[in-house]
Amino acid sequence: MTTTTWEDLVTSALLGTDRRTPAADVLAPGEDAPVALLDAAALHTVRRRAGLVPAPAAPLPEPAPHDDRPPLPEAARRRLGRLLADRSGAASGGRRGTAPDLTELLPQWLAAANGHGYRAPASVLPALLDAARARTDLRPAALAFAGPRGLWLARFNPDWKFALRGASCRTALPSPDDEEAVRRLWEEGLFAERVALLGAVRSHDPGAALALLASTWSTERAEDRLMFLDSLRDGLSDVDEPFLEQALADRSRNVRSTAAELLSALPHSALAGRMAERASTCVGLDRTGGNAVIVVEAPHECDAGMQRDGVLPNPPTGRGQRSWWLGQLVESAPLTVWSSRLGGRTPEEILALPVADDWQGELHAAWCRAAVRQRDAAWARVLLGPPATPPATGPGTSSLAERSQLLSILPGGERAAWVAGFIAAHGLSEAFQLLGVCAVPWAEPLGRAVIDALDIARDAGSYPWSFSGVMGLAERCLDPEEADRLEVLTAVPDEPEGASPGAGGYWSEAFQRLVATLRLRAAMRAELSP
Amino acid sequence: MNQQGVRWTAEQVLALAPDDASRRAGSRLGAAGPWSGGGSDGTGALWGLCKGSGSRPYQTIVDTTGPAYKCSCPSRKFPCKHALGLLLLWAADEGAVRRSDVPEWAGQWLEGRRARAAGKEGGDAGGGPPTTSADPEGARRRAEQRAARITAGAEELEQRLADLLRGGLASADRSGYGLWEETAARMVDAQAPGLAGRVRDLGAIPGSGPGWPVRLLEECALTHLLDRAWLGIERLPGPLAVTVRTRVGLTVPADGPAVRDRWSVLAQYDTSDGKLTTRRVWLYGRDSGRTALLLSFGAAGRAPQLALPVGVAIDADVTPYPGAGQLRAELGTQFSPPVPHEAPPPGGSVTDAAAAYGLALRDDPWLDSWPVTLSGVIPVPGQDGGWQVADADGGHALPLSPAALARPGLWRLTALSGGGPVTVFGECGHRGFTPLTAWSAETPETVALT
Repeated sequence: MTTTTWEDLVTSALLGTDRRTPAADVLAPGEDAPVALLDAAALHTVRRRAGLVPAPAAPLPEPAPHDDRPPLPEAARRRLGRLLADRSGAASGGRRGTAPDLTELLPQWLAAANGHGYRAPASVLPALLDAARARTDLRPAALAFAGPRGLWLARFNPDWKFALRGASCRTALPSPDDEEAVRRLWEEGLFAERVALLGAVRSHDPGAALALLASTWSTERAEDRLMFLDSLRDGLSDVDEPFLEQALADRSRNVRSTAAELLSALPHSALAGRMAERASTCVGLDRTGGNAVIVVEAPHECDAGMQRDGVLPNPPTGRGQRSWWLGQLVESAPLTVWSSRLGGRTPEEILALPVADDWQGELHAAWCRAAVRQRDAAWARVLLGPPATPPATGPGTSSLAERSQLLSILPGGERAAWVAGFIAAHGLSEAFQLLGVCAVPWAEPLGRAVIDALDIARDAGSYPWSFSGVMGLAERCLDPEEADRLEVLTAVPDEPEGASPGAGGYWSEAFQRLVATLRLRAAMRAELSP
Repeated sequence: MNQQGVRWTAEQVLALAPDDASRRAGSRLGAAGPWSGGGSDGTGALWGLCKGSGSRPYQTIVDTTGPAYKCSCPSRKFPCKHALGLLLLWAADEGAVRRSDVPEWAGQWLEGRRARAAGKEGGDAGGGPPTTSADPEGARRRAEQRAARITAGAEELEQRLADLLRGGLASADRSGYGLWEETAARMVDAQAPGLAGRVRDLGAIPGSGPGWPVRLLEECALTHLLDRAWLGIERLPGPLAVTVRTRVGLTVPADGPAVRDRWSVLAQYDTSDGKLTTRRVWLYGRDSGRTALLLSFGAAGRAPQLALPVGVAIDADVTPYPGAGQLRAELGTQFSPPVPHEAPPPGGSVTDAAAAYGLALRDDPWLDSWPVTLSGVIPVPGQDGGWQVADADGGHALPLSPAALARPGLWRLTALSGGGPVTVFGECGHRGFTPLTAWSAETPETVALT
């Protein structure tokens, strides 16, 4: 037996046998020192490997919380694997050909799976978290689908920290009835946990949530106060008024203006009343000329009371002070005030009234903002006007962004019908934003209007990529049932006189992709139904 | 089971892709859009026409029993994205690949393939062992010449190792990779590729992180052991002598009696040294309880031909290679298309795994790892990369190997476990445990970790 240790051999090998001759028990007389060292090392190595024993285990991780959602159907599980596998391929530029863009279907798939309440298969969680990391818009749905095990897993990988910041730590929240636990988490929790807690308590008992918020309000940082206040936007009600009224005197200007904005969305609040009064003194009716005319006398000053109610005194560059103030007053005043102020007229009649001295644009724009803020469908409807009216001559606003905001107040069916009318009259070139606010899948008249407009565009001989935005939307939003009707459009048509060269082929390709995507969506939907 | 045999899953198909780019491109072709004329003959053959950028669609044919692929596209990838897309389309079972008659363009290739396969089988059955050479005397002389060259190479390597140890391993860090590369080239000249590979591996150790002198001494010592074993091979017992010949790099044909069994595909993964891609497929025989390793090779950038999706079982002949402690085998006749097989092989504790590796070293002291199945183990995430797999009672644990920590499969394993016990197949060796495939009682899935 040798007594030379492994460490001795390593030292000797490191320094060289010329400098550190191995001990006598390794080196037999007459043997070459390096060979003797290698012999001994080989023996040691094999002996050490053969004698390996397991180490004591480190503390085991806490098991992931149980997830009692049902597992995905097998076909849906395979589909998810493919949607996630294609994720990284989206960056490749160039023509898309006829194959559907799987990346764009992931949000729909996740929404549908969450709708059915399925549990994510454990083995896809890493890919799912990676996808959510790359795309912030996917995060809420992806994290909801990943569920408690997804959050459990994210703790171990710094790449997935975002999942822990998110508000979806619902499982860890105490029951809103457990006052002590709620209080403790409120006082000691992380910001995200506190926001989530506030939301949970609020949906259960709005008064208790406000009491909780008020208990620590004065010690919160300004940006946190702003975020908390903003979180009241959901489920805003008259109960919140006293608290918001108090916040009008806040130290931070952003908190003050957010409080004022929220109050003005409550038509019965004191602030709305004060704004109604101010706005009424500025806008009135003049009957002297025989025909009724709206006359506007913009405010001459922005006094302390107005500023306390959230009116910003300084206009952005290029805007007059007085019209700036007027806009804010009208925007914050309840729309109900105008009927009585303007001779008992309906919104429609009010908008038809001429406005003196070029104030019409300013006044109508402010009413648009008020309708959006107060979610007043009757006003929104009139402000949009009939869809066939050219945008520039419409009653309310010509801005597509504001129009889509107004649209989003209307009930789903009416919204789709309005956009369908708009597309039938004006084509697709300005429809993209408006389509974005329509419910998915598109209602039939809307879907048909879009397809007809695409067909017309093709016949007009332009290239399909001029409509790639609408095409992409159509792939994601058209009702999959339309696929069969679209099939006829996938044929390559004869090139009409004066058409762009080759356009027919590209259109056929684009329609093929549309049909393929719709079929795929139908398949996805079918796979997910239990 | 339907007539087409089992449909593969998308993961199994994507595992065949030679690289990430083809995986993505294949996924994008895995929908009905560009395909037409798709069909299958019910015995594992698929075909379809895929519209590409040109006017003529590509003709893609796959024989899933091989699997083998043919496509009229110019891609040098193998399988190409069209073959992957066709397989995905078939896997998704959306009716785009229906049972139909074989079109003429596909029939030719398929018939040729099947005829060759039948011919090979017939030849095996009738001809007995293939005649080795027309000139046995010449073959013997050539073998002797080669053995003499290897002996000269082994002696030269011994000399170099002795010089290294005389001067000290510390100097190995300074001498750089060039010296090793030159020595490896000398071993190639000596027709001893096994020795050349070991020398190249030695060259990668200096400066490869904490503890490299220890690893270098261990590997030098084992190379020395192999040299001595070769130089004294006539005194070794038969099976060990074969192992030494294999390790040195003399190819020995698979000659063991073929074992017919239901072989579960436990794992498949590729390693590449820049010139050659080596694919390892681990099989487990349900009836024989044997574990076998299939090796196949591909030139750089091309995936090796053999591809068996993890999670299926094949009824096939497997012929072992000779040699003590050798698990390598050759896949022979497959008697049926793959069927799904999700159950893991029987497993043991981490202690059993370490002991199994130790025992295997008796037969082949040069083994780096040994295939084991651990049952009821929990992956334990650790700080600074110190991960473990521990017995569920929290008593003993094996560290995960550095190779395992670099793979994304680590996260799939952790997710599958969720802190609870799982069954894991992998390689247990002196550098730790490398998980390759996992099963959980919560799901019937076989989860590949490679």
